[in-house]
Amino acid sequence: MLSRRLERGSTSVALAFAVFLTFMTVVTVYIFWAKVWWFPPAISDFGHEIDAQFARTFLITGVVFVAAQLGLAYAIFKFRDHGQKAAYFEGNNTMEIIWTLATIVLFVGLGLYARNAWAEVHFMGAAPGALQIEVTGQQFVWNFRYAGPDGKFGREKPELVSASTGNPVGLDPTDPASKDDIVSPVIVVPAGREVELIIRSQDVTHSFYVRELRLKQDAVPGMEIHMHFTATVPGDYEIACAELCGLGHYRMHSMLTVMPEADFEKWEKDQEAANQ
Amino acid sequence: MVTHENGGGHGHHQPPSGFIRKWVFSIDHKVIGIQYLLLALFSVFVGMALSLLMRLHLAWPTAKFAIFHGGQMTPEQYLALMTMHGTIMVFMVLTTAPQSGFGNYFLPIQIGAADMAFPVLNMLSFWTTFVSLVVMICAFLVPGGAPIGGWTSYPPLSALGEIVGPGQGGGETLWIVGLAIFCGASLMGALNFITTLIDLRAKGMTLGRLPLTCWTWFVTAILGLLAFGVLLAACILLLLDRLAGTSFFIPGGLVVTDQVITWHKGGSPLLWQHLFWFFGHPEVYIAILPGMGVASHLLSTFSRKPVFGYRAMVGAICGIGFLGFCVWGHHMFISGMSPYSAFAFSILTMTIGVPSAIKTFNWLGTLWGGKITFNCAMLFALGFVSLFVSGGLSGLFLAQPALDLYLHDGYFVVAHFHLIMGVAAIFGMFAGLYFWFPKMFGRFLNEGVGKVHFWLTFIGVYAIFMPMHFLGLAGNPRRYSEMTAGPFLQQLQPVHVFITYAAFITIGAQLIFLANFLWSVFAGKEAKEENPWHATTLEWSIPSPPPFDNFGGVEPVVYHGPYEFSVPGAADDYIPQHLAPNLVRKA
Amino acid sequence: MPGTIVDDVELIDAGRGGGNPPPAGGDDDGDSSGSRRPVPRRAYFTALQLGLAAIVMFFMALASSYIVRKGLGVDWQSTPLPPVLWFNTAILLASSATIVVARKKLEGGEREAFRSWWWVTTGLGLLFLAGQIIAWRQLAAAGMLLATNPSSSFFYLLTAAHGAHLTGGILALFYVMFRPWSRSRISQSTAAELASIYWHFMDGLWIFLLALLTLGR
Ligand code: HEA
Ligand code: HEA
Ligand code: CUA
Ligand SMILES: [Cu+2]
Repeated sequence: MLSRRLERGSTSVALAFAVFLTFMTVVTVYIFWAKVWWFPPAISDFGHEIDAQFARTFLITGVVFVAAQLGLAYAIFKFRDHGQKAAYFEGNNTMEIIWTLATIVLFVGLGLYARNAWAEVHFMGAAPGALQIEVTGQQFVWNFRYAGPDGKFGREKPELVSASTGNPVGLDPTDPASKDDIVSPVIVVPAGREVELIIRSQDVTHSFYVRELRLKQDAVPGMEIHMHFTATVPGDYEIACAELCGLGHYRMHSMLTVMPEADFEKWEKDQEAANQ
Repeated sequence: MVTHENGGGHGHHQPPSGFIRKWVFSIDHKVIGIQYLLLALFSVFVGMALSLLMRLHLAWPTAKFAIFHGGQMTPEQYLALMTMHGTIMVFMVLTTAPQSGFGNYFLPIQIGAADMAFPVLNMLSFWTTFVSLVVMICAFLVPGGAPIGGWTSYPPLSALGEIVGPGQGGGETLWIVGLAIFCGASLMGALNFITTLIDLRAKGMTLGRLPLTCWTWFVTAILGLLAFGVLLAACILLLLDRLAGTSFFIPGGLVVTDQVITWHKGGSPLLWQHLFWFFGHPEVYIAILPGMGVASHLLSTFSRKPVFGYRAMVGAICGIGFLGFCVWGHHMFISGMSPYSAFAFSILTMTIGVPSAIKTFNWLGTLWGGKITFNCAMLFALGFVSLFVSGGLSGLFLAQPALDLYLHDGYFVVAHFHLIMGVAAIFGMFAGLYFWFPKMFGRFLNEGVGKVHFWLTFIGVYAIFMPMHFLGLAGNPRRYSEMTAGPFLQQLQPVHVFITYAAFITIGAQLIFLANFLWSVFAGKEAKEENPWHATTLEWSIPSPPPFDNFGGVEPVVYHGPYEFSVPGAADDYIPQHLAPNLVRKA
Repeated sequence: MPGTIVDDVELIDAGRGGGNPPPAGGDDDGDSSGSRRPVPRRAYFTALQLGLAAIVMFFMALASSYIVRKGLGVDWQSTPLPPVLWFNTAILLASSATIVVARKKLEGGEREAFRSWWWVTTGLGLLFLAGQIIAWRQLAAAGMLLATNPSSSFFYLLTAAHGAHLTGGILALFYVMFRPWSRSRISQSTAAELASIYWHFMDGLWIFLLALLTLGR
């Protein structure tokens, strides 16, 4: 009697467990697969490359995820206590070796495969003709500085920084090179031309993050970090701060505008005019 | 120094009398284990309460709550809750209960010892932990409130003091001091664990016969011993930067709200990150390894089969421990660290997936061909496996710097570490508690209530944390007190609302657990048998709860491996480790 | 396998690990009255080694921070080491020698000689600490304070950390001297051996730190 009840109990629990695992797996895979929530479309070649690596990783981990969860569900149901005797074995060295090697190949292979995308942004610097823009984070705004017609960034001094008087990055007016520098709270770049960002911070660590570029880089005080990208699709894209920087972290927000080259030149001219 | 263990010299042979010596300043490892568990239980409910408030604010940022001054939660209050939630959960829950709690109680018994090697030191490490918890909680009470720097407390935000934000003054200082004290406590504990395991094993308890739980406690203690000293050093440097005006982590020329910081120069924020993560990555394995041990132990016990690939399991535990020290840089891909070392860290991180995979396969192998009973302990162990896989696989995305470029500091990371740490490791604790409860208290936890608790929790945590992956893919950064700044974040609000409902239910379910716990300690079904689960390890050879010196003054002798289940030819489907071969009944 | 008898079980686990059963605490040199199995003597040595490993990690973290911080270069100015450090070093080395002599005497049963040598060691330790404080005062008088420069910060930090650990050693020396060992679980000579290992280690650690502070200046 008791054992029959136990058996039935174990069957229903096993069934529930297996069904839940299957359900969870299917729903998860579906949402990933259908891209219900997904990255916005990439706007650079580099972005496409990252998406491809994402796809590869999704495929591999997805297969493993499904296999492992459903394998678990199967084992739970199949080997529930229904009066049988448990088998006796302590392991299998061949199998251990096979799956160890298989995972090494798979994991390390995936890691090596990801090298290219990483190398593109980080191992190689920007090409010589790239448009340089200095990005400065501060609690809780971004400032972007263009070198202006002379192509040179002017000197900056911490003691001159004054957001209230319109000198948020502390440009030194005594340096002739700083006269024509453009400082803007939004970043505007020409489509199809390479841009090199020089990322810095005035106070605490921030992080420059544009989803469509698939780029994120911490702005570390005391360091100048170089990053480069070529955006190809004109449009407006949001910039968020991705590193905790204090109570206004959530609203440290700006815009990246990608314009056709001609529009960009016009924008630059207008800014210079406003500067005079 | 620890070399001068005293106090245990005399008087330890007899159980102490008097409430204080017996229950407060006890040197009995079993009492200390329970003290640690209670400390963790208290902390986990504090941590959960904080997470509930965070979730409410994330879902309805403009809602008003009576407990906040002015009704509505401010961004800094949110960040303070978040920081304390992460800190309390990681340190006060997951570093204490699985290792110091269960480990303290059962490591000596499972290896056949009468106590830890240094009982007084053991008491001292508990009370030091307690002090650190008190110091940290005090951070809520000082002007400015608790720190807002996150559990990773990156400088300069954590080093510059009040000018960079409320909570970064006295609150942050208390946080660092609390953490430094915690380091001391953990070092004492680790030293005691390792010595006990090396030198106090009973006759016949060879390394090859150690239960996997002991292996994981052992390797965890080694990780703690080598990692906490580094965190302590980092905390001291940070304190000096804050209080003494040094510049280890603070670079020169900073301007905070138009005010030039002239008294600091030349330091490196990345230095802190290296020190912190050199500790921090081993720390996450400190959190999960004991859970792995418990899961292996229970999967074997309740499918009545030996652990599949015992040696491979031991190898994997040691491999994880070793590799755990070589991968800290994967938290810093975006930090401005050299891209070449980032790549090296990436490959090493991918390699650490291998021992984890070995363990997963072996867990499935253990179930295979078994005869599984589904009591609450086993359900949680099975849940552990599922959650570990779900949470671990997302690690493989994060481990590739090119993908981490997009995912770093977003909700994908939050999803990753909650699934694997926030719940897989916690499931290991639950499994251990349901399993060992009868041994510890002489009573069972209620199984029926336990099942309700299990299902609500298991489904609930998936409902909370699975959707966070999608938030991360959509680009939602973490540590945002509200999602109102840009249009793309506003679109994600419904997901946040869903998560908050799920969290509400899941956290409510923990009250069921609490009630079950409290009720069962005093009035649960009595565990009359010594060995109700028909398990093999030594703790099941002694009464429940065990007497003061565990084995009544006789040293047990060990004849068998830890997982001799369903051995062909034996009458019973288990052979306890202490059973002399001539006493094993034949079929 | 049908028909297998249970004795095979032994074979299975003999193949797995096997090995010698760890000896019970027979080599303990303390008293072992009462029902509780005493902690074997070697446990104290294990614990000491582990403690030293933790201390090594702590100082390695500081030393690598030192090297990294210096490597940044921007504002590093080397701190002139006060010459009294060389005197202190000699004192500490001497104390390592006297502690060896003290232990020899103890082993040889010359308790009085042991006591005097042990006292000499303790005195030298205290002298070393005093010397370190003098070094601090000289530096401070020269205008090098904790926050003056990263190299002076590290100087104070490393010497203070070492001093704190050495103070622990001095307490251990007192403890070995004053504890009523007749009623203890380990003998005085074991305690003296443990204390002296720690003492030598502090000596070596100081040499390492000194090398870091001079060569890495
Ligand atoms: C218990 C805690 C725990 C554990 C065990 C892990 C395990 C892993 N973690 Fe996780 N991690 C954290 C806790 C943990 N992590 C925390 C708290 C953070 C965030 C800290 C913060 O910033 O606040 C973090 C962050 C984090 C990052 C940084 C992300 C970022 O900030 O951008 C990375 C990057 O590499 C990472 C990777 C991994 C990997 C590869 C593993 C691996 O060990 C996982 C291995 C497991 C599996 C791989 C799954 C099971 C295996 C199989 C099913 C086998 C079959 C598979 C195949 C054949 C393919 N983790
Ligand atoms: C163990 C670790 C742990 C646990 C359990 C949890 C539990 C939860 N966490 Fe948390 N969390 C962290 C560790 C953890 N978290 C960390 C490290 C951070 C990062 C902080 C930072 O960024 O600095 C974080 C951050 C974090 C965030 C992101 C904040 C942000 O980036 O803005 C959110 C948001 O929803 C969140 C939510 C939750 C919720 C809803 C729970 C729920 O409470 C889940 C329900 C809880 C349970 C199911 C556990 C019940 C357990 C018991 C009752 C134990 C029983 C006791 C014994 C057996 C002794 N957590
Ligand atoms: Cu700036 Cu976050
Ligand atoms: Cu990590």
